Amino acid sequence: MERISRQDWIAIIVLALLAVLPPLFLSMGQSFWMDLATRLVILAIAASSLNLVLGYGGLVSFGHAAFVGLGAYAVGIPAHHWLYGGMDPIATTNGFVQIGLAVGVCALFALVTGLICLRTRGVYFIMITMAFAQMVYYGIVSIEEYGGDDGLVIDSRSEFPGISLDDPLQLYLLAWASLVVVVVLVRMIVNSRFGMVLKGGKGNEQRMATLGFNIYAYRLVAYVISGAICGYAGALLGNFTTFISPEMMDWGRSGELMFMVILGGAATLAGPILGATVFIVLEEALSSWTVYWHLPFGLFLILVVLYVRGGLTGLLSGKKED
Amino acid sequence: MDVSLLIIQTLNGLQLGLLLFLVASGLTLVFGILDFVNLAHAALYMVGAFICATLTYALGNFIYAVIVSLPITAAVGFVVERFVARPLYARGHLDQVLATFGLILVFETLAHMIWGPAGIAVPLPPALDGQTLLPGAIEIPTFRLVIIGAGLAAAGGLFWLVNYTRLGMLIRAGASNRTMVGALGINIQLLFSLVFALGAALAGLAGMLIAPITEASIGMGNSIIITAFVVIIVGGIGSMKGAFIAALLIGLIDTLGRSFLDDLFGLFMSSDAAENAAPAVSAMLIYIIMAGVLAFRPQGLFPPKVR
Repeated sequence: MERISRQDWIAIIVLALLAVLPPLFLSMGQSFWMDLATRLVILAIAASSLNLVLGYGGLVSFGHAAFVGLGAYAVGIPAHHWLYGGMDPIATTNGFVQIGLAVGVCALFALVTGLICLRTRGVYFIMITMAFAQMVYYGIVSIEEYGGDDGLVIDSRSEFPGISLDDPLQLYLLAWASLVVVVVLVRMIVNSRFGMVLKGGKGNEQRMATLGFNIYAYRLVAYVISGAICGYAGALLGNFTTFISPEMMDWGRSGELMFMVILGGAATLAGPILGATVFIVLEEALSSWTVYWHLPFGLFLILVVLYVRGGLTGLLSGKKED
Repeated sequence: MDVSLLIIQTLNGLQLGLLLFLVASGLTLVFGILDFVNLAHAALYMVGAFICATLTYALGNFIYAVIVSLPITAAVGFVVERFVARPLYARGHLDQVLATFGLILVFETLAHMIWGPAGIAVPLPPALDGQTLLPGAIEIPTFRLVIIGAGLAAAGGLFWLVNYTRLGMLIRAGASNRTMVGALGINIQLLFSLVFALGAALAGLAGMLIAPITEASIGMGNSIIITAFVVIIVGGIGSMKGAFIAALLIGLIDTLGRSFLDDLFGLFMSSDAAENAAPAVSAMLIYIIMAGVLAFRPQGLFPPKVR
């Protein structure tokens, strides 16, 4: 039995709270909070996938919003063709096909771009991941059939036997269960031999190379896993919002995902979840208070980066990161 | 293919390329010397455009407005360097990216509060507002030629500044080894501030020049900053020469791709297929080229020798 660390406990407590509180709000007729919690949990999955490469791998990807967007379009495009005809092989509302498509397309995109991105280091990597995400953004914008700039309405959510995603509670529980699976998966990965090599590459790439590890290959696999999970989050987000647009993969969205990870604490299990929670709640509170909410929000971001090392998890577990 | 259209689009591409160079040169200067990734460069571009728009109405003339706006934008850059950038020099690139991302939000909201949500059109003086007849009966807006001229002048000035002045010598020395420059008794802190202010003024100038065409608006910097990143990645981060060549290359490829790619595709596929594929490919063209360059030269075309 592996030791359960203080950080794991934080993750367990946060996940438990997320399991209990939102359905409670819903039973009290507060569907608004349910919506907020659904978005939060889905973004926490995306942030966790980013954390795998950014936090544990030290690979600062500034393009993860592209995976979210591709995942969402992998739900929207088949549903669109199912309704309006054309592209028969993928025209379906079958959830398994759509999710499979989302995960597959994102894994492939991560593989192809990762092959090029991972040849670069440091600031090159940041900028090239951002540029590839922007490439997808402009690509989708230029396809008029899928709404271009205006986006696409998903008329029919993914269909699974036995569950209906049209029911907010069932959608939420699916998202929550997915988050639990992703957190467990990330924990298994980072504690495995594979994860040790990945973390070793973050600490000292040259040493790992000298020890005989092909760190490039390890990073590529981590990048593909991360992209696939993020695409899954995108598929859930598409089902939640039922409206998708290229704006979902704007570089600002990528920046927000990075901020969630750093805010909550990079390279910690609970970090992305805590970060997403504080991010969503703060965004909601500030934007209902003033239209100029980006001003305090931007200042908050700057102050967090300047003064909160190790993120919220670092503060809670009393351990300094780095 | 229409020859006069080709000439006009080449000039348009040149104009875009020179604007890109103005933005990218500041980015690459700040990164080369300060090792600092500045996303907020996009915000300085926007700030330049807005200040220039306001001053155009206050002073009644676009040209005076540009002359007065330049030092103001530089001053904004100076302040940003002092209070946000300086504490971040010792941090990793990730922290720099996030903090300057926050700075963009702050600047855009401030612009929203001061100038309102709508864009501001910038009127040109009559002398610049018309069309110019080029040889071969080609008409082109005079102001586009002005942008090309101003861009070339700025590039030339920058080249002179970096290669033939004492400040330029210090800048080059700082890019090679900033610790050594500091040890030789140069006020490195002040040098950094000046470089940052210079970068801000260049970005601001690009914003001012584009404002009469697109008007000054919130978020105007967000699309050009990504393209400017592509430029400095392709050119080699920290290289001024690389930035110049890559900027013209990207500007021309982007503009010509958007207007002629469907003709080109029409040569080897049905015109229907060409019409469908061309917009998507031309929108992604510069990124595909960037990927191609990086696949063979991960450090860009002209990586600076000492880093």
